[in-house]
This record gives sequence, C-alpha cells and structure tokens, in this order.
Amino acid sequence: MPSMTYREALNQALAEEMERDPTVYLMGEEVGHYQGAYKVSQGLLARFGEKRVIDAPIAECGFAGIGVGSAMVGLRPVIEFMTWNFSLVAIDQIVNNAAKIRQMSGGQFAIPIVFRGPSGAAAQVGAQHSQALESYYVHIPGLKVVAPSTPADAKGLLKASIRDDNPVVFMENETLYSTQGEVPAGEHLVPLGRGDVKRVGTHCTIVAWGKAVHTGLAAAKLLAAEGIELEVVDPRTLRPLDEELIFESVKKTGRLVVVQESWPVASFGVDIAYRVQRACMDELDAPVEVVSSADVPMPYARNLELEVLPSADDVVAAVRRALYLV
Amino acid sequence: MVAIAKNDELKRVIDEEGNVVKGARPPDIADEELRKIYRTLVQVRVVDERMMRLQRQGRLGFYMQSTGEEATHLAVAALRPSDWVFPSYREPGAAFYRGYELEQFIAQLYGNAADPIKGRQMPVHHSMNWINYVSISSPVGTQIPQATGMAMAAKIQGKDDVAIVYFGEGATSTGEFHVGANFAGVFKAPVIFLCRNNGWAISTSADRQTAAKTFASKAVGYGMPGIRVDGNDVLALYQATADAAERARAGDGPTFIEALTYRVHGHSSSDDPSVYRDPDEPKRWQQADPLARFQRYLGKKKLWTPEWEEALRTEFDQAITVAHDKVANLPPPDVETLFDDVFEELPSHLREQKEWLMAQPRTKSPHYFH
Repeated sequence: MPSMTYREALNQALAEEMERDPTVYLMGEEVGHYQGAYKVSQGLLARFGEKRVIDAPIAECGFAGIGVGSAMVGLRPVIEFMTWNFSLVAIDQIVNNAAKIRQMSGGQFAIPIVFRGPSGAAAQVGAQHSQALESYYVHIPGLKVVAPSTPADAKGLLKASIRDDNPVVFMENETLYSTQGEVPAGEHLVPLGRGDVKRVGTHCTIVAWGKAVHTGLAAAKLLAAEGIELEVVDPRTLRPLDEELIFESVKKTGRLVVVQESWPVASFGVDIAYRVQRACMDELDAPVEVVSSADVPMPYARNLELEVLPSADDVVAAVRRALYLV
Repeated sequence: MVAIAKNDELKRVIDEEGNVVKGARPPDIADEELRKIYRTLVQVRVVDERMMRLQRQGRLGFYMQSTGEEATHLAVAALRPSDWVFPSYREPGAAFYRGYELEQFIAQLYGNAADPIKGRQMPVHHSMNWINYVSISSPVGTQIPQATGMAMAAKIQGKDDVAIVYFGEGATSTGEFHVGANFAGVFKAPVIFLCRNNGWAISTSADRQTAAKTFASKAVGYGMPGIRVDGNDVLALYQATADAAERARAGDGPTFIEALTYRVHGHSSSDDPSVYRDPDEPKRWQQADPLARFQRYLGKKKLWTPEWEEALRTEFDQAITVAHDKVANLPPPDVETLFDDVFEELPSHLREQKEWLMAQPRTKSPHYFH
C-alpha cells in the first residue's frame, strides 16, 4: 500500500472524484493559483481548469451561498474554508440553507455539497483561529459531520462525502496535514457512519475523532507501560454516528473516556456520554469521563495554549479516574 | 427597445394614463402574451384580497400581500421557462405566471396534506422545483448569493440559463447582497438582480438603508450596469429584464435593476403600518397602480374591455372558491412524514424516533401557553 500524507490523501480524493464526475468542482480562497492555503488542492487547477477550481473573492458567506445555489441545480460543489473558524460568517448558508432546503422544499431540492477545511487548534494562532467547531454543526439536523484522523480515512471519507447527496461538514486538522500513513490506491471509500477501532484494548474505551484520536493513542502508549490496555474507537463521522461500535466496546471494557477538542459545555462528547449511559448502564463500572479543551477562548501564549488543549496526560488522568486508580 | 437611461433616470414605457411615453417603444410582445400578463396581475390582486380575508377570519396563520408591487412579478414573462427564479417572498405572480396552481398555493398556506412541501414551511414560503422556482428562505438576502451560484453553475454546465433574484431595497444592506453581487460581477455570472424598492422594510424606510443617491448606483461598485425602472410599469420591467437576460446570455454578466414601486399594505398580516407611516401615503399610490395603468394601455389597444375585466375577476373568484373548497379542509400532513427529507435516507436514529412516536397517542396539548 502506498504511503502518503494526510494532505496528499485529500488531494488524491479530490482529483479522483473530479475526474470521475464532471459536476464536482472546488471553490474557496486560494484553492487555485496558490494551490490551497494548506496545499490540499495542489495541481488541481492545472488539471481541471478555472471552471472547476475556482479562486473565490474573500467572502465565506459568498462562496458558501454560491455552492448552495449551484447544488440546487445539479452540481456537487466542494467548498473549502481556509479554516472552519471562518465558516462562522457563512453559517446562515450552512445552517439555514444547506441543512434545511431538502426538508423545507418537501424533498424537491437536494444539496449535495461538501464544506471542508481544517478545524481545531494549530500552534499559537489565537482565539479566532483555534476553534474546534464540530459540536456547532453536529447539532444541526440535515448536516452530516465527518472528522478523519488518518490519511487513509481522509481519502476514503472525502470520496464518500463528495458522492453523498446530503450536505457534509468535513473537518480536517492543520496539525494532521503532514502526518504520514498507508492509503489504499484507487477506489477507496469509507462509508459515512462507520467507525473504526484504532487500537484494541480491554481496560477502558477511548472515543475520539480527528486529532484527538492521536491524543488517545498517545495516552494508550503511556498506559501500556503499566499494563493498562486502552481501546481507541474512532467514529470517523459524528453524524451519522456508529453508536453500535462504541456501545460494543464499552460493553467489553465497562469504562469510557471521550476525548474531544471541543469546549465541554453542550458538546458532542457530552452527547456521547449521554447515549452510552442509556445504552450501557448495566455494563458501566464507572462514570463516563469527558476530556475537553478548557472552557476559555484560546490564548496565544504557548504555555497557556498547552494548558487549554486536551493532552495525553489529561487522558491518562481521566482513565485513572475511570479505573479508580486515584 | 427602450433607450437605456442614466443611473438616476427612470425607465418608463407607459405613463399613468397608459400612453406610451415620449421616446419609448413598447417591447415586442404578442397580444395573447400581453393579455396573459394582465391576467396574472389580476390574479395576484384577487388572490391577495381573498387570502387576506381568510387570514383576518383566523383561518390562515400568516399572509403577505403584494398590492402595488405586482408588476415586478411579471419580469419573469421576459425570461425562458428554463431560467431560474430566486424569490424573496412577495412574488406569487411569478409563480402563477409559470403555472403554479391555486390548489397548490392555497394548500401551502394551510400547510396540510396537499401542500407540495408537506407542511414544512410557514405560509407564503413556497417551493416549486418543477417550474424552476427555488425554496423561499426567511432570512433576508440569503437567496442572493445562491442565485449567483445557480448562474455560475449554468456557465460550468455550458447552459445559457439565467437566474433572476428578487429582493427588497432593505436586503441591499445585508452582507449577502454584497457578496452575491460582487461574485456575480467578478465571474460575469448570468444573473439579474431585481431590487424592488417599495419604500419600506417592515417599518424601516428606504432612506435608512443607504446613503447612496439611488440603490441602482450600488451596481457601479460591482462592475455591472444599474438601471432604475418605474416598477409600476410592467412593460418597462419586461424590457429591462429582457435586455438584462440578453446581456447575461451573451456572456456580458449581471445587471442590477432597481424597480421603484410601493408597498400598499403592511409587510405581512402581522404588521400594522399605520403606526409608522402617514396613513395618507397609500392613497397617493392609487395614481400609480400598476394594474390600472396597464389596463388603460391595453384598453387603448382594444385588448381590454370592462366585460373582460368582470369575467376575469369572476373567473378567479370562482377558481379560488373551488380550489379553497377542495383543499382547505384536508387533514394536516401525516405525522409519519415528520422525519422525511431531513436526509436523503432515513438515518437509524430517526427511524427509531419515528417508531417510538408512531406508537404514542397523538398529543393534544399545545406547546405554547397564553
């Protein structure tokens, strides 16, 4: 299997889907001549031309709305946000329009659109560039929400998202773009709604998505030294959610720690905790733990940023609480 | 062809008396088509009167009248059926012109089992894919970038369809207007911006929306022509729209049309304009009534007679009664449909919710308390 970066995997998915389906086009800031702010669209302009790789004026609510309108009449737009932080100025088009038009029109208009870009903190980019906004979008009926953690998942999920007839919020991560991994060549699809066990273990289940999967895996490595084996479950898509995979794991381990980069209040991790306590009450041996970012806007200073983000040490501490080892 | 006026001039074809104004030439429209346009204007007027009465009787929850602004609806008469309409919410005439049936219209207002959109949206928020008329959104201005998106899609697809997007002068204050117009200018998208300047955005007067001398002058900043049209002159609107469509199809990009008209009634059935504007103001409008004016023009061409007027009004009155009788008392939408169309497929959690809900007795308790 070829090895490539998360960035290259996304690029391959885009190229393959644009090759396969002439209705797919990419639009966003810097996606064309600049090859993408994070180079995800490298080479696509040269290959597919200006009609299908469109450098947009700087206005997220503009190209989000353009995408929605073009989807209504049969195109499959991929709308790139330089970061999901900037999607907040386009949220009317995503939440009031993309998510609702199928239902409001009585099923007359489908909006097969992918909104994609990096979400979450990178390194010292401050409060307005560091937000993990999955809990905002997963709240909205009508949207699917995807957050790949590995290059293989990035490719397979992006291809499946582009083919999906529903609007998809596709959340990448800036710190993952350069990570390397094996990716199946050619037709590799990861169905939305199917999770993946990233590490098998017996003592406690970790549920995490996107970058937090790696935080969970790092914690697993630390605890393995003590003979504690974590099972790391990556749902990969938050909506639809592979509940069965999570419940199965929790029923096996009896303990759950959810790791998320979201803030804690009204967050998706808390929703998972609710669902698990309903489905696995008899098997749970400890209260569900949720490890989140500190409930503050992200500061710039490096030391403060590190304190805000969930770390492997935070996960280890939460696992110890779940195992009554404190 | 009407001479293109300078930005702050007003394009007109016929005056209040129905005479062709000096220097203008009426667009080349067949007699039957002229009569169809007039028919539709009358239809909107009669439907509005009847629906508003139903609203005041408490049968309809909400309604929006178009009185005074009907001529702007008929801009679509200058377009092809394959062109797309991105409505604001006050353009039923554009839909009737394209064949939206009274039964469907009334069922939508009731949101019942015959409603084409299954009781999903509040009254007046129609959606008709089959006549290229997109779903009406409540947030003001939201449809503007979407229209540009449709127009850009047409270019990508190699079609020569155009989009017409309706919005009020108030919507020009939104960010959505700016981005929609800016993208259209940059990409030369085949879209027609029809700004209906009716003087009022609910209670906010037009002079609170801009410091510019005219709304049409905003077009300059987006690199497109901006023209001002007498919005009560259906022929001037027709010509302006036809010219804009021709430019758009030729690859010359968008056009901004400011149609000066007047909102005779409140913003909606929930609004009482007497608290914020001079009650005599609507009376002054009588002079400009787009129906009366076009009627006089047709009369001079022997295409209108008082008998035809009488017959038309009776026809619509009866048609409304028949349609209303047929759909008004239909049951509400099936509870079973509640979870449909949220996603293309019914996800498992919604299937479970649906199964659970269907097993419960139907609730009779209101969710609001007075």
